[in-house]
Amino acid sequence: MVRMESVQTLLGHQGRVWNVSWHPQGSFLASCGEDKTIRIWGREGEKWITKAVLTDGHQRTIRQVAWSPCGNYLASASFDATVAIWDKKSGEFECNATLEGHENEVKSVSWSKSGQLLATCSRDKSVWVWEVAEDDEYECAAVLNAHTQDVKKVLWHPHLDILASASYDNTVKIFREDPDDNDWICAATLSSHESTVWGLAFNPTGSRLATCSADLTVKIWNEYLPGNSEGIVTPGMDAVWKCVCTLSGYHNRTIYDIDWCGTTDLIVTACGDDNIRIFKESPGSDRNAPTFSLLHTCYGAHTQDVNSVSWNPTFPGLLASASDDGEIKIWNCSDY
Amino acid sequence: MDRLENINPKLYRKCEERQITESDEDDNVTDEFDSREIFDLIRGINDPEHPLTLEELNVVELDNISVDNSKNEVKVLFTPTIPHCSMATIIGLSIRVQLLRALPPRFKVSVEIAPGTHASESAVNKQLADKERVAAALENSHLIEVINQCIVTY
Repeated sequence: MVRMESVQTLLGHQGRVWNVSWHPQGSFLASCGEDKTIRIWGREGEKWITKAVLTDGHQRTIRQVAWSPCGNYLASASFDATVAIWDKKSGEFECNATLEGHENEVKSVSWSKSGQLLATCSRDKSVWVWEVAEDDEYECAAVLNAHTQDVKKVLWHPHLDILASASYDNTVKIFREDPDDNDWICAATLSSHESTVWGLAFNPTGSRLATCSADLTVKIWNEYLPGNSEGIVTPGMDAVWKCVCTLSGYHNRTIYDIDWCGTTDLIVTACGDDNIRIFKESPGSDRNAPTFSLLHTCYGAHTQDVNSVSWNPTFPGLLASASDDGEIKIWNCSDY
Repeated sequence: MDRLENINPKLYRKCEERQITESDEDDNVTDEFDSREIFDLIRGINDPEHPLTLEELNVVELDNISVDNSKNEVKVLFTPTIPHCSMATIIGLSIRVQLLRALPPRFKVSVEIAPGTHASESAVNKQLADKERVAAALENSHLIEVINQCIVTY
């Protein structure tokens, strides 16, 4: 069983908070929302306080923020069709690069593990891969038009240069670079959800992917590499991703976000029914037909839709959530 | 508008005004939101192409509104005047925006096309249910102007 205790409520944003993102060392949290600002929160003693407010980077809603793996850069994706890159080289956070090219709202941004690649996606249905060059220059390495609708989320694999994207077209796609000609290609399409896929999360090893959707389900996908012992047929050198588990009947409204904890292996979901739920793989479950159980539901975690949930990367059980109610909450989840 | 889509829409009689009872005026009585109250909030919304209200065009009806106070749910089904109405999304957005502004934020509002009354009802419903796209649309100054014109009542 899991106990979920509210540690603190962080107030400061005006209106809906869309996203929260932990610094890789776990000591800072970035948040963003419809007030067009980014807030950086840090711990002082027992309390989380506002360390910085980043304004004037964007003209419209900021949908998502993401820290680079080194922790020195913060990327922000905005409805104003741009992505801003912030750093603290001058001592204060400053926007030192703006990535332009998407035709309309940018929905998501993600850094690869190496920090050398950045991915963005937009309502214009495209996914862009950017290469980080020297001197804060970002070069577009690929424009991927595999999705047929609005792309909601992009997320890099935890160790490899493999990219996953989730879309309003109900599918998830996997992209990788073709070593023969350095072209980025769609290596797999994951079809099973019956409505918009809002969120993605890899497990700690990257061999599994959890997805959440407006169809009120969470799905767990397994990666089967070429030559797998299960005998799953793979095309060429690409892995096949198979849906091995569907969690249905737990969520009453759209599931807007999902996160898979790198330290505890727990899965957390953010739902439009105001609740936060925690799932765990059942002990001894079959890798090819796993079962996951609901460990805890935090009813009324927020007073409106929960938009974002994120596990702290270094403090096991520390969770942050953001909501339409304008609040960010820090939670402590412990086994008992 | 260059050309009207529905040149001669059928007109419907407006319903009677709500009867105010004694308990309505008693501040000590809690009255919960009911479908009539929701109806009164949206019946006066103007059609985007006719100088008529959604009630007069039978786009919104009392019977197509449901409220569950305990679950904070409000559901509105609306009926486009013709099955190919290109205004369906704008009408649905206007209803959403009006309820968003008028109701307490605890309410989960869903606005959908009445089943079987529009050629692309599932696509329109999916768009109206996507709060991220609705939020982006409401940041579009041209669109919000059109919606505000529909919502304004004289």
